[in-house]
Amino acid sequence: MRVNLTVNGRPMTADDVWEGESLLYVLRERLGLPGAKNACEQGECGSCTVYLDDTPVCACLVAAGQAEGREVVTVEGLAASGGGLDGELGGGLNSGPNSGLNDVQRAFVDAGAVQCGFCTPGLVVQAHALLTGADGVPPDADIREALAGNLCRCTGYEKILDAVRLAAARRAGTA
Amino acid sequence: MDFLRPLTWVDALTLKAERPEATPIQGGTDVMVEINLDKGRPAALLDLTPIAELREWSREGGEIRVGAGVTYSRLIAELGAELPGLAQASRTVGSPQIRNRGTVAGNLGAASPAGDSHPPLLACGAVVEAESVRGTRLIPIGEFYTGVKRNALAPDELIRAVRVPAAAGPQYFSKIGTRNAMVIAVCSFAVALDPSVRRVGTGIGSAAPTPRHAPRAEDFAAGALDWDGRGPLDPGAARRFGELVAASAAPIDDVRGRAAYRTHALAVMARRALGWAWDDFRAGDRRGSA
Repeated sequence: MRVNLTVNGRPMTADDVWEGESLLYVLRERLGLPGAKNACEQGECGSCTVYLDDTPVCACLVAAGQAEGREVVTVEGLAASGGGLDGELGGGLNSGPNSGLNDVQRAFVDAGAVQCGFCTPGLVVQAHALLTGADGVPPDADIREALAGNLCRCTGYEKILDAVRLAAARRAGTA
Repeated sequence: MDFLRPLTWVDALTLKAERPEATPIQGGTDVMVEINLDKGRPAALLDLTPIAELREWSREGGEIRVGAGVTYSRLIAELGAELPGLAQASRTVGSPQIRNRGTVAGNLGAASPAGDSHPPLLACGAVVEAESVRGTRLIPIGEFYTGVKRNALAPDELIRAVRVPAAAGPQYFSKIGTRNAMVIAVCSFAVALDPSVRRVGTGIGSAAPTPRHAPRAEDFAAGALDWDGRGPLDPGAARRFGELVAASAAPIDDVRGRAAYRTHALAVMARRALGWAWDDFRAGDRRGSA
């Protein structure tokens, strides 16, 4: 079947989609967007987290046909070059090694919150969702709750929590 | 496989009548796992997400009618005061991403004995609103679960909504698992007090082939509690309540826990949950904490 959807602000069409296929497979294998990672395929790990109509979801649990006519934003869309959420991106990141990164991605780099990197795209999208609408730096309990469905097997999470606090503090103008 | 995408509820019912073998899909948190891991391949998927009216809830008399498309996230955000037991259970479902997609109706459709919604629905006496082209059928929750992952729906029926009485008193949900997220219950328990009729409702999860009540524990507590004087809960009565709840279960040994552990844990959870609810009632909080 054919699926029409908007990805990172651009209308896209996927053809020859199998009816039992996931949105994750469509994004990675048909639309050339490998940012969302394929790991557990059962919603346990969060590494495929994307926005579906502004709500973070596991792309592996969305049937491809359920994305018909809807708006998807992947981790690629969070970067300044990727379109999608351009309007809310932090400025001043147009030069240097981190150019094109949005503020959450930048904070992950600066805090050293990335080791193997496999979980990072999902964590970045989920952290981005937490900070969208957050007032100041969220309490640790809120950060832990928000990230409870994103597994990382490298970092021990401490630097990921640091990164979220750093991004929040920069948004609040206190870092 | 076919992908069926009705845009209205009437069309959905027509399609389900024509294709009774089609699997309804809402949040996909059960159905897609089956497909992704090749545990089963439905003949057809019947996508209910385009149907806007399923995403609505409403107050109807003393009931909240929760549409089949209302996610756990919305239930937590919007119905915590009216349905505290169900909202507490919803908070323990999966992760934020899962709660953003999953629904109580999906939990009912899957009818896993470990589903988190079932104990609070049992404790407060919910009713499942099933519909087909033949009409609407209201199924009391105690009659809905018919076996392991089996329910009372006819092949042409879909769940339209679940009707849950607005809390008439304190409600609590308790669940055992290895961490505070992404946990399938080892076992779970819900209690709901209705002081106006001196009723204590219970629900047991993941400790029998189906979710179930503990009727003897309910009758015992209703008679043992000091409804008029609002006196403290007698520790012996609380323990007895826990024992009676545990005696109503029929757990097995499996990968998540041993039967003996489940029996013990249920007695502890039931004793504590009754204590929390009774303390709220004594403090004059008729709703319990959300």
